[in-house]
Amino acid sequence: MDEIKALDEIFFAQLKEFTAARIGLGRTGSSIPVKESLIFNLAHAHARDAVYSELNTGKLAESLLEFDLPIVHLHSKAAYRVQYLQRPDLGRQLDDVSKDILESHLHHSDIVIVIADGLSATAVNNNAIGLLKILVPQLQTAGLTIAPICLVKQGRVAIADDIGAALRARLAIILIGERPGLSAADSMGAYLTYNPRPGLTDEARNCISNIRPHGLSAKQAAKKIFYLVQESFKRKLSGVALKDNAGALND
Amino acid sequence: MAYQHTIGRRVYKFGDLKTLLAKASPYRSGDVLAGLSAESYEERVAAQMALADLPLKRFLEEAIIPYESDEITRLIIDNHNIIAFNLIDTLTVGEFRDWLLSDDTTAGVLQNVSTGITPEMAAAVSKLMRNQDLVAVSNKIEVVTRFRDTIGLKGRFSTRLQPNHPTDDPRGIAASMIDGLLLGSGDAVIGINPATDSLAEVGNLLIMMDALRQQFDIPTQTCVLSHITTTVELIRNGIPVDLCFQSIGGTEKSNASFGINLALLDEAYDATLSLKRGSIGQNVMYFETGQGSELSANANHGVDQQTCEARCYAVARKYQPLLVNTVAGFIGPEYLYDGKQITRAALEDHFCGKLLGLPMGADICYTNHAEADQDDMDNLLVLLGVAGCNFIMGIPGSDDIMLNYQSTSFHDAIYLRKVLGLRPAPEFEQWLSRQGITDEKGNLNSRRNAELLNKMKSLWTK
Repeated sequence: MDEIKALDEIFFAQLKEFTAARIGLGRTGSSIPVKESLIFNLAHAHARDAVYSELNTGKLAESLLEFDLPIVHLHSKAAYRVQYLQRPDLGRQLDDVSKDILESHLHHSDIVIVIADGLSATAVNNNAIGLLKILVPQLQTAGLTIAPICLVKQGRVAIADDIGAALRARLAIILIGERPGLSAADSMGAYLTYNPRPGLTDEARNCISNIRPHGLSAKQAAKKIFYLVQESFKRKLSGVALKDNAGALND
Repeated sequence: MAYQHTIGRRVYKFGDLKTLLAKASPYRSGDVLAGLSAESYEERVAAQMALADLPLKRFLEEAIIPYESDEITRLIIDNHNIIAFNLIDTLTVGEFRDWLLSDDTTAGVLQNVSTGITPEMAAAVSKLMRNQDLVAVSNKIEVVTRFRDTIGLKGRFSTRLQPNHPTDDPRGIAASMIDGLLLGSGDAVIGINPATDSLAEVGNLLIMMDALRQQFDIPTQTCVLSHITTTVELIRNGIPVDLCFQSIGGTEKSNASFGINLALLDEAYDATLSLKRGSIGQNVMYFETGQGSELSANANHGVDQQTCEARCYAVARKYQPLLVNTVAGFIGPEYLYDGKQITRAALEDHFCGKLLGLPMGADICYTNHAEADQDDMDNLLVLLGVAGCNFIMGIPGSDDIMLNYQSTSFHDAIYLRKVLGLRPAPEFEQWLSRQGITDEKGNLNSRRNAELLNKMKSLWTK
């Protein structure tokens, strides 16, 4: 038996170079052996914990102080996580208290930056500040005015439309936790929308995905976002039409 | 027409047939999201009682989506077989449920009546059935299809080997294929979900899979699950296309959101059929469906998601497909919230598909934001195995690294075959034995065939 196992190990070691898929797991009877079974359980546990993780607004707000921008705390109409998961429509809208808060901050600006939990608060807790430390100074150097930074609980991507419209911002950037997979539970997405207003759909946005230490680095992501911001203001649009120039990002 | 049912002193009214169907549906998050679900437990049962008293004939008189505005409705009405329907034309929906479960209603009877049943009748009767009833009736039905092997025979259970890779790397895909074949997977199809819809890349994957199939003389078929327009283009370019795949919806508008219509499907079907690549049969289409896709495309016309799903099967059966499967748990918790809802939906879809004459399989799956885990999938696996499901997916370790969701593993199929005494498609079973992958009893060999491993190894060292 050991000889067979050794043969298998050499064979699959070679195959595993070409894929991260769970191949060559071996078997006991018809089942996956305990070690691999528990490795799978751990990956799923990380993903589940990420779905139920909470936005660390205290720590995020503290870290955001260095940008010298007002910070506002907002909440979607989804009151709690279980509701959020079943009612995407509620996660896209601000609750009434949040709308009032934004009214007191109304002054025209170029860009509003929104940080929302999405499907993994862990992702933004870990990755949002690192990205903004590179991106915000770039935007400011370019002479763009930035609205108060908005921290949103139980938010979906389209909530940036409500916020952008309420603050009369010309462009909205939302950093949001992506749906956790087994290979990564801390993947952050950035969505950029020109002239944000309620009722827009995904084709009006540009998305930069998989922002995390082992995916797209903060530096690479900031570069892509800054490029898209400049193009968006130049061409006065975002979304599918802007994507045509994505080739320019490949340097 | 309005419908009503009285419970005690309370009269429940339902404005039309689609409202009655929606209110009678077992609870699921997607119908709540759509604003169609019953408001209380009592209202749901009242709707089910009203539905039970409804003559099946009513479904031929009241279209839930108007004939004039939806080509799927036209397909359903125009293709309805009134002679087959004669077997059940005096029954109410409730009587139909009892009739389906009766010992006198055998596999042969169910086959004869199949084209007389509309998707809405199937959906309606399923709403009066418990999970057990759905399993019991499905278990009676045998739907057999053929291309290079025979799928769906009683006592047989097949798998789609799904060797996905996030960048479509042919070597990575081949690695998962080899792993699956060595674990006895792939008799329904070897089917890749491509990361891109690029003609050149999809073409290369098809050429690679076809070469591998021929080199090892595997009695199965291969498929890249790209859009039908891509597949038709590849056929024109002379690429080896065994099966034509498409995701389909139950309304004209939802199909438009997939970029398809019946005319395009006709064209793709004819093009694939013209290649005559099947050795023992010419079932050349492969369809995927799933509850909630109509609502997510804003194309549900106020019809509940399970009834919309059943209407997909009218589209599918027009093309005598080799394979059809529901992807119940893929869409997310806003449509099917937890393991209970996913299980129910998969059993309903399998039942309705089989009743309408389709070779139904299932992608037993969940996403990480659904309230579900491996235990839920284990339960559903056994239920579908007992129900006589034609095939499930086979994915390395359950983890699809391209689509980021969990489905069934190669091991799951080995387990199910063992505990339920099920066997692979006969031609594929013989192949596994010839290659020394299984022993004379059909069990996986604990010893590897060194010659086979060396041959497979040479794929990488060339």
